[in-house]
Amino acid sequence: MEFASEKTHESLSKIARNDGHGEDSPYFDGWKAYDQNPFHPTQNPDGVIQMGLAENQLCFDLIEEWIKNNPTASICTSDGVGKFKDVAIFQDYHGLLEFRQAVAKFMGRVRRGKSTFDPNHIVMSGGATGASETLIFCLADPGDAFLVPSPYYPAFDRDLRWRTGVRIIPVDCDSSNNFQVTLAQIESAYTKAKEANINVKGVILTNPSNPLGITLSRETLTSLLSFTSEKNLHMVCDEIYSASVFNSPAFTSISEVMQETECNPNLVHIIYSLSKDMGLPGFRVGIIYSYNDQVVQCARKMSSFGLVSSQSQHLLASMLSDEVFIEKFLEESPRRLAKRHGHFVKGLKQANIHCLEGNAGLFLWMDLRHLMKVPTLDAEMKLWRVIIEDVKLNVSPGSSFHCPEPGFFRVCFANMDDHTVEVALKRIREFVSKRSENADDKKLLKKKHWRNTNLRLSFTSSKCDESLMSPHQRMSPHSPVPHSPLVRART
Amino acid sequence: MAIEIEAAPSVQLSRVADSETHGENLAYFAGWKAYDEDPYNEASNPSGVIQMGLAENQVSFDLLEECLEKHSEASTWGKGAPGFRENALFQDYHGLLTFRKAIVSFMEEIRCGGAKFDPERVVLTAGATAANELLTFILADPGDALLVPTPYYPGFDRDLRWRTGVKIVPIVCDSSNNFQITTEALEAAYELAESMNIRVRGVLITNPSNPLGVTISRSVLEDILDFATRKNIHLVSDEIYSGSVFSSSEFVSVAEVLEAREYRASERVHIVYSLSKDLGLPGFRVGTIYSYNDKVVTTARRMSSFTLISSQTQHLLACMLSDKKFAKNYIEINRTRLRKRYERIIDGLRSAGIECLKGNAGLFCWMNLSPLLEKPTRESELDLWRTMLQEVKLNISPGSSCHCSEPGWFRVCFANMSEHTLEVALERIHKYMEQRRT
Repeated sequence: MEFASEKTHESLSKIARNDGHGEDSPYFDGWKAYDQNPFHPTQNPDGVIQMGLAENQLCFDLIEEWIKNNPTASICTSDGVGKFKDVAIFQDYHGLLEFRQAVAKFMGRVRRGKSTFDPNHIVMSGGATGASETLIFCLADPGDAFLVPSPYYPAFDRDLRWRTGVRIIPVDCDSSNNFQVTLAQIESAYTKAKEANINVKGVILTNPSNPLGITLSRETLTSLLSFTSEKNLHMVCDEIYSASVFNSPAFTSISEVMQETECNPNLVHIIYSLSKDMGLPGFRVGIIYSYNDQVVQCARKMSSFGLVSSQSQHLLASMLSDEVFIEKFLEESPRRLAKRHGHFVKGLKQANIHCLEGNAGLFLWMDLRHLMKVPTLDAEMKLWRVIIEDVKLNVSPGSSFHCPEPGFFRVCFANMDDHTVEVALKRIREFVSKRSENADDKKLLKKKHWRNTNLRLSFTSSKCDESLMSPHQRMSPHSPVPHSPLVRART
Repeated sequence: MAIEIEAAPSVQLSRVADSETHGENLAYFAGWKAYDEDPYNEASNPSGVIQMGLAENQVSFDLLEECLEKHSEASTWGKGAPGFRENALFQDYHGLLTFRKAIVSFMEEIRCGGAKFDPERVVLTAGATAANELLTFILADPGDALLVPTPYYPGFDRDLRWRTGVKIVPIVCDSSNNFQITTEALEAAYELAESMNIRVRGVLITNPSNPLGVTISRSVLEDILDFATRKNIHLVSDEIYSGSVFSSSEFVSVAEVLEAREYRASERVHIVYSLSKDLGLPGFRVGTIYSYNDKVVTTARRMSSFTLISSQTQHLLACMLSDKKFAKNYIEINRTRLRKRYERIIDGLRSAGIECLKGNAGLFCWMNLSPLLEKPTRESELDLWRTMLQEVKLNISPGSSCHCSEPGWFRVCFANMSEHTLEVALERIHKYMEQRRT
């Protein structure tokens, strides 16, 4: 059924008409390339390998085994169907008590008992996506701003801004100090914003960081917490990867730092989810944990717009309170992540590719600056197109994370099996060696043409590069070349 | 020496957070609190408050449980059904195709084939609460208004207005014509908004109506659609109780009206549905938006990222609702049981001297207690409500919480309790009315 809808386009809201949904970002272009030609070991071995999706697929066997052994956790099995009615009716926005208790306990276990959580401060939401947005609705008015260290998770642009009308002020971090955010940078960004009459409401940290794959140090957290408290700013910590820390230093949560630092707890809020640590993004389990009673109450009322299915609450309450299982899981998952991470890093090194030294998360922050002629956004985009189309890997370009320094790419490693890892590494090795061969050829070519004017040479070379893009890409509304909103945003 | 412990300084939150638009300080919820503090229980607390303010459908769980027994794949994730891993990873905002197809099939069955739906136009949200808010974000800007017939579901005040900043301008309906929506009332509401310089973006109707428990007739639907077309605004039809119409022939969906018009001007129409009422599964958070407007479908789908349905639940319901025999059987039996409940409560109330609006749908009846009011005022109505709550120990919903323009009407839910409890409630009402007469 097709219905003429152009004439009612103007009849939709501003929110509906703007691009705050963020889908015009190149972050999603790679996904589209993958969707059109997905890798499969036997059916499509030349397809695009998805390395742009931060999923944890390494521990499903453990969870599947647990489910098989715990039929009462499901309200569909003959063992569990007795609970069907009570669970199906339960829509109280406080959430099932057992669920909140289990999540609180789990969060405490992840932090090795260094902090404990009160089930009455746990508020549900539609995934961390819902949690982030809901928290912003509670803390800020349209036009207010939050400071966010960049590079940051691309969907924050949508989650924090789209329907809330709130702004993000990126705090640029770069390779000069391994992308670590510093108090000085935050202070400077804060001061600049104030001078421009922007009402800054707080700071949002992702710890461990996406896309960097590193944990924030205790010192950094302490200094930032002191600063925000002093300036009466909110401190929002997205700790969605907290149980995915696989190398030292161990994870330090803001909840721990709060105990040792003078601060105003009414300004501290944690976002969590089971989508990454447990690998259950489909179940939409988002958690807001606030130390501010008012925020808890407000967020809880708002959670009506995104409650967790009581069926899933029931299952997870059971799973997360199984202490034996959780202990095993919290040991085994980081172990498998460490192994996969180590293997990947080694494979990349063999291709002379280095990564930021990461200890957490489901991805690597890969340095490909040496493969670019010039350190520009254009060059990064061109290299990225080559990686997608020729190397057939969907990796995420640093610019989609608002990284101020071109040449870095986020590569996910936990969403595939071992065989696919080998295929990916092989393709990378081949690409790198071919590229250095071409570089040698190009050097020869350059020498020959040097007698001609430079202008003509650069014209020729840019034409050469354009031909790397297929007509389809050139016509794509998602092309990141000059007229992309991303570029506009940075000037 | 006493040490003063300073409470952590409180902090300024957003305007939305500070506003009262969430509506929880209203009478509607005060009754719930009274119930929570002293809940009726047949065995352990037989003199407690009976909850008649909650529109839940508890009459057909046995049918659901039976269905589950036949569909083990709902729990085992095996044998042809998507495996656990794929299901747990599935977070695509298009939603499971099997589930969308199943919902479409269910919606078509409810309308006895009077309308066809396309699974590609189904957008999934965590409950109708989210669906209505989401549509409002898409169809209106802050400060704009939606026209909503009164009396209406109290939750709309929060769902349509709280975070969106959109206003509700009432389309006033009254008992003179059994609370039916008229073109005059529609025009009056629109003019009222215009006079206040408020831009109207759409009309939102609930069909069957909550709290009236009545379906909207085809001719009134046609009038409303014509009105929306004339004013070039949207029409949202919340059909959440469509499967709870006591007789299948009495429900006409806006989808059927559109089909009869060959979908002319359909891009302004959007339907909200949910499984919370018809299937009695409010905990599962299953809402849908069905829009005839491509841009709305695309945008709503993107926005649904904030409120997706658990893939575990999508899988379960896909298994159950794809069983067409079960779906057809369920709808028929559920209808019959609700009708029987309705007839019992109407009968019981009548013999106590209380009349209700003639209803044909939903999980509640619209009771007329205006003859009992001291004065025809809201205050009198609330006094009577408090008496009902504190003396008769029944939590029923006062019409004023539904923005009813006429005092004295109350919504009374009948499907969220056992038959025995319903008898106890009727008995209490009888006693109360007798006391009043002496």
